[in-house]
Amino acid sequence: MTLPIALGLLLALAMVVLAVMAMRGRRSLGISILLAGLVGLLASVMFLLLAAPDVAMTEAAIGSGLTTFLFFFVLGRVRRGEHD
Amino acid sequence: MIKRLTLLLLLAGIGSLFAGLVLTYVPDETLNLTASYYAERTAEDLGAANIVTAIIVTYRGLDTLGEVTVLFLTAAIVGLVLSHTRGRSQSTGRAQDNTASEDGVTPTPATRRELPPTGELLTTGTRLLLPLILLFGAYVFSHGHLTPGGGFQGGAILASAMLLLLLSNPARRFGHRLITIVESTAGVAFVLIGILGILLAGGFLDNRILPTGTFGELFSAGAIPLIYTLVGLKVGAEFSSMLVSLSETEEL
Repeated sequence: MTLPIALGLLLALAMVVLAVMAMRGRRSLGISILLAGLVGLLASVMFLLLAAPDVAMTEAAIGSGLTTFLFFFVLGRVRRGEHD
Repeated sequence: MIKRLTLLLLLAGIGSLFAGLVLTYVPDETLNLTASYYAERTAEDLGAANIVTAIIVTYRGLDTLGEVTVLFLTAAIVGLVLSHTRGRSQSTGRAQDNTASEDGVTPTPATRRELPPTGELLTTGTRLLLPLILLFGAYVFSHGHLTPGGGFQGGAILASAMLLLLLSNPARRFGHRLITIVESTAGVAFVLIGILGILLAGGFLDNRILPTGTFGELFSAGAIPLIYTLVGLKVGAEFSSMLVSLSETEEL
């Protein structure tokens, strides 16, 4: 009983830290996007711990997969617009 | 100064709100009335092993229809907005092609810009993984009534296969026609199954228009596998159409 709770707290802490790192974006926008995707991935693990595998699958596929791709895609287009 | 103070007050307020929620939280010892009804009656009435799926597809089937409609509207709007920019960019792109050919550079109508090669790893990996991902997506939405997952998850997995295909070869063109046909056929069939539920069984989207079969088998739970397959195809087609529209605007 205590192990899932400890794991959940650890996950929550990691998510908060990663989200703050993504927001501050010290290094680059690309790393921020990757960190946001990682937060989504950890959220899906969290859903799995909370006994919601259906939501976890959606979160993993959309929250950390397609959304990250979309952000990178738009970032690439914006950068290319700057060069032209 | 005042701005910072307001911010701190706001943070303290939100913090106390959440602290109150967390500290007074007592986990339920028993299921409430609705939940216990679902937990007890689902297997018997609908023959679905996955209660979540039974709720999503049958008990709350109308809400799922609404969700699918919202997703359809989103895909339609994305297509509409991007097709506008695409039309404009194609005319300007042609003008630029003309200037390029005057400079002695052979214009390539499909991809004006030289795309960087995608790399051996991605190409080979795509070739290997694509059938597996498609198979997994089909598995997820056809086994929605038995295992976690279902139409939405399976559709997203199908779309991720599409994404891999687009990444490995950005110049590849997909037929919008096929995607549109799959999407609209699945949508119409979903509503038709719902109406059949009114005529043959207890109400709109009732799954007992087909025999519920043996509990826990693939062809069981009445119309749930059928509905979830349709939803999976529809969601996959919608996400794919969004991805394809997005990637086509790239060739400015």
